[in-house]
Amino acid sequence: MIWNEHAECMDREQLLKLQNERLRNMVSRLYYNVPFYRKKFQEAGIDPGDITGIHQLKDLPTTTKQDLRDNYPFGLFAVPQSEIVRLHASSGTTGKPTVGGYTRADLRTWSEVVARSLYAAGVDKNDVVHVSYGYGLFTGGLGIHQGAQKIGATVIPASGGNTKKQLQIMHDFGSTVLACTPSYALYLADTMKELGMDPSELKLRRGIFGAEPWTEEMRREIEAKLHLKALDIYGLTEVIGPGVAMECEHQKGLHIFEDHFIPEIVDPNTLQPVPHGQVGELLFTTVTKEGMPLLRYRTRDLTTMTVEKCACGRTLARLNKFLGRSDDMLIIRGVNVFPSQIESVLLEMSETEPHYQLIVDRVNNLDILEIRVEVNEAFFSDEIRQMENLAKKIKANIESVLGISAKIKLVEPKTIERSEGKAKRVIDLRKLVD
Amino acid sequence: MLLKQLSVFLENKPGRITQVTKALDEIGVNITAFNIADTSEFGILRMIVDNIDTALQALKAQGFSVRTTQVVGLVVPHQPGGMYQALEHVDKAGIEIEYMYAFAYNSKAAVIIKADDTQKLVEVLSGSGYHVLQEGELIQD
Ligand SMILES: [Zn+2]
Repeated sequence: MIWNEHAECMDREQLLKLQNERLRNMVSRLYYNVPFYRKKFQEAGIDPGDITGIHQLKDLPTTTKQDLRDNYPFGLFAVPQSEIVRLHASSGTTGKPTVGGYTRADLRTWSEVVARSLYAAGVDKNDVVHVSYGYGLFTGGLGIHQGAQKIGATVIPASGGNTKKQLQIMHDFGSTVLACTPSYALYLADTMKELGMDPSELKLRRGIFGAEPWTEEMRREIEAKLHLKALDIYGLTEVIGPGVAMECEHQKGLHIFEDHFIPEIVDPNTLQPVPHGQVGELLFTTVTKEGMPLLRYRTRDLTTMTVEKCACGRTLARLNKFLGRSDDMLIIRGVNVFPSQIESVLLEMSETEPHYQLIVDRVNNLDILEIRVEVNEAFFSDEIRQMENLAKKIKANIESVLGISAKIKLVEPKTIERSEGKAKRVIDLRKLVD
Repeated sequence: MLLKQLSVFLENKPGRITQVTKALDEIGVNITAFNIADTSEFGILRMIVDNIDTALQALKAQGFSVRTTQVVGLVVPHQPGGMYQALEHVDKAGIEIEYMYAFAYNSKAAVIIKADDTQKLVEVLSGSGYHVLQEGELIQD
């Protein structure tokens, strides 16, 4: 189902024209209304009139989360406060929260993209949408709520917490769609099991899950445990909230609503576009936003993008699986290496555990990458040759993905620290001295 | 007619072998035969012990990567050409040896052999009149 066929299935040339026009308009709004951006443009020697289209995005300044913090709370707003009708904020794990200010038009845009997202998931006015995302400053709850209301669905503003009561309501009110974080979906499933409730007692048929990264494995688990089709929704408070991009029922990547949010995939160092299909950092330019428009906002999320038309009929570009954060990137022999790339290689191999540690060192001015990999107990062989072959296989697979060679060291199971702290995944011993 | 061998995967770091033997000592398991195959990165410790189930449990509990493998224990006549003659039978039968190591058995010489077809190896050797060790024979009085 497609909510806005005109926008979502637009000929890409026509879309480009629209994007160019909207970008020109945005650049002038930024220049004249936001001192922060005016200064950046002036420093870069760019006149807003020089910008004709999105092919010039690569020359424009980027915006980081730090810029938002430096201008906390309202420094990046592009309209007088009297035009702002809503504030949201994401609780930063470090420092100040990130604020988002919305005008009436921004709230309309937001409901529009969430409405498109719900239709993409096959949800319509006949559905009962149970929103278990938190309501409040967090964009999850109200974001989905407004979109579900727009398509005419029956909305249950359950918010988070009190899981048993939520299950009761889902059961009694006949919820057909569950919107929450994937980890809460799993928690709900486990609670149901504890209570002796069978998923067939509920009418759930779709799940709109987002606000945190999740894997295909988690998707399968949720789908099996809750008897629904689980779909991924993506968004950031800084950009608008949930609904920046959404998976359709084909589950082949997340469609970006490009008429509002222009994506770029760039090299995190040079901030220049990477060749098509390659991994890079995702940037968004919010061309229609009035309250707090952001230019080339650095999400730090690493992914690849596809522009081929989808089987669903949408011409919008799609985001593929998220591969990690650019903050974790290493540069080894001039090549960008993301720990998540190594993790995905190991996940595909049944002989190893996805537990690894990267050790980077510099010997005679040459970067050396050693990857310590835990051997899966079930595949441990008592023959040296087989173990060496395994190491060779890992080396070849890593080399084909990273394009650089690494030394593979097989280590005993459960010897690499399990903590999620990223420092332990990577040990950089390079001392960059002359 | 097959013997069960314990194999332990070890990273090359100081003290690992000591830790394995200490774990076996703590539960009173005796090691009859012992061999280490190593590369520059890791090693595989292979052992024949008198109480394999207890040993396996104890090592697993201490987080070692352990598995059991079926091998053949062959008593070799202690005379010139003894080993050669035995191996000739193995070759003729088309059996490929993956590894072997020697140990002393009641003042006789014995070898542990791991082959691609261990069952066939036993048949060939017993059929040629060799003494193939059985599990019970290795438990000392
Ligand atoms: Zn699609």
